[in-house]
Amino acid sequence: MPSLPEAVLRLHVRNHPGVMSHVCGLFARRAFNVEGIVCLPVGDATQSAILLLVHDDERLEQLVHQLRKLEDVLDIERTTDGREVFVAVERYLQ
Amino acid sequence: MKMTGAELTMRLLERQGITTIAGIPGGANLPLYDALRASSIRHVLARHEQGAGFIAQGMARATGGAAVCFGTSGPGATNLLTAIADAKLDSIPIVIVTGQVPQAMIGTDAFQEIDTYGLTVPITKHNFLVRSAAELLAVIPDAFRIATSGRPGPVVVDIPKDVQNASIEIAVYPAPGRADPSPAPRDEDVARAAAIINAAERPVFLVGAGVIASGACDSLRRIAEHAAIPVAATLLGLGALPHDHPLFLGMVGMHAARCTNLVLEECDLLVGLGIRFDDRATGKAAEFCPNAKIVHVDIDPSELGKIKRPTLGMMADVGATLRALEPVVARKHRTEWTEHVAMLRTEHPLVMPGADDPLDPYGIIRHTAALLPDDAIVTTDVGQHQMWAAQAYPFTRPRQWLTSGGLGTMGFGLPAAIGAALAMPERTVVCFSGDGSLLMNIQELATAAEEGVTVKVVLLNNAHLGLVRQQQELFYGGRYHASRFHTEPDFVAIARGFGVRAWDLGGAADPVATLGHALTEPGPSLVNVPIDSAANVYPMVPPGGANRDMIGGERHALTA
Repeated sequence: MPSLPEAVLRLHVRNHPGVMSHVCGLFARRAFNVEGIVCLPVGDATQSAILLLVHDDERLEQLVHQLRKLEDVLDIERTTDGREVFVAVERYLQ
Repeated sequence: MKMTGAELTMRLLERQGITTIAGIPGGANLPLYDALRASSIRHVLARHEQGAGFIAQGMARATGGAAVCFGTSGPGATNLLTAIADAKLDSIPIVIVTGQVPQAMIGTDAFQEIDTYGLTVPITKHNFLVRSAAELLAVIPDAFRIATSGRPGPVVVDIPKDVQNASIEIAVYPAPGRADPSPAPRDEDVARAAAIINAAERPVFLVGAGVIASGACDSLRRIAEHAAIPVAATLLGLGALPHDHPLFLGMVGMHAARCTNLVLEECDLLVGLGIRFDDRATGKAAEFCPNAKIVHVDIDPSELGKIKRPTLGMMADVGATLRALEPVVARKHRTEWTEHVAMLRTEHPLVMPGADDPLDPYGIIRHTAALLPDDAIVTTDVGQHQMWAAQAYPFTRPRQWLTSGGLGTMGFGLPAAIGAALAMPERTVVCFSGDGSLLMNIQELATAAEEGVTVKVVLLNNAHLGLVRQQQELFYGGRYHASRFHTEPDFVAIARGFGVRAWDLGGAADPVATLGHALTEPGPSLVNVPIDSAANVYPMVPPGGANRDMIGGERHALTA
């Protein structure tokens, strides 16, 4: 894992085939790196939860503003406990 | 009621109040066209899908309401992309309905299959791939709601052919999609903004497209007069105040009058209203309004702090904000600042050499304006002619000036003018263009002739990509390359070939009389105006430079 300061964002999104393009495309075209992504349907699967592991730099606020503008993003919060999900995934992948 | 998905789409568009759609049919949207034939909606057949997109933009920009264009799958969709991206950058509400190959063929590289949804993710406010006829009941109203709410923008609705052909039984139609209520300013922000404005000695308003989109121009004028605050505009804010209003400073930025950039250099408060601090307006952002506090009002929260960190950022409708500020902004004369601004305007005015000569860039724009009624609409393409028009045309009202700002799309002007003329058939629409720009959508002359729209193309013809040539002269040591057209088309003959009446001012015995004749003819016409290919737009801030570092346009150059 990189040593730069990190943040974990938890997004609630509408669950349909295009939503990952909207979220990931936003990061790519604003030249902002995503270090990790976890995405799973929640509840009755009309919604998904996305966890994003991102650098916590001065541009993050702008990215969060842009994410909020996406029609399919219903809610965003910074989590404090999401980090352990990525630690577990990292263990699995290595 | 039983109907097809295509018929349902047309009913829902009719219920949105859509009366005109520009587009081109093809294999994947033929069911929509079959339903359109039986609809009350008028169809305007464009000659290229980009033209259809800009016709829709012209309708939307002239009226403020959402407009619609149609295209088929594959190349129909890719041809629309430039017009969609242009609408995104200038926040224009258009709904683009594209045909798609049947769902069973999606992903097979079928004939004219392209991932319209994927292609339009970064250039739309939102987009839909409709997967059933029933989804149309939610998607079509939602598309209009999204396009017109908050900061407006383009929405793509991609409809596979099997969805268009599917049969659906409906009990009631959904309510038409309408804009969500605009966010009102918070009371504490209004109080703080008023306190900052009241304490300022040298305030300036900088107004952008948001002021026009929110219908805030009357309120802007009252508050500016009441508090003696001069008003500068971005390219897309022109028309928010009349050109001859004593407080109006004109356009800011790369091709501003010297005095306008100097006033902003010296202000102690910049109140940015519906603006996004575009680099063509600010120059080097770190050195823009270096001594000023900033109050920034915008309906899009991501604009607050994106380029300049404001003293106070307000996420709110500009119109609602100005109306809330009117009673709490103190009446002031600000005599010292007013006199200083007046001195800067006298010492460093916009210099318009050749303004009397109809074969000179400034002259043709001023003469055209003088010959047109006040309710005329002006569109432009992109380049030198656009900047000359922005500087010299005497705008008197919002939505008079339709120009491609953010994307800077050559080819915008003619189809946008057709769209404006379709939306407002009682008005004359003049399109200032250049020979480079006009060639990029010249096929729409056929559309103009077919529709008989009152569109007047005034072609500033210098046989160059003029703004490129100017930059090569000023910043590339005069090493000209690929900016001159060695073959010069006969635009008068071309226009006539399309069925559009045309005149050449170059050979005219009385150019002003010929121009007047062309502008008052019914229907479309074109006027070719040969201009000096060495003419430059001044002043000019070098790209990346600070706005105080302007090249040219000094007053003494006139008298020297």
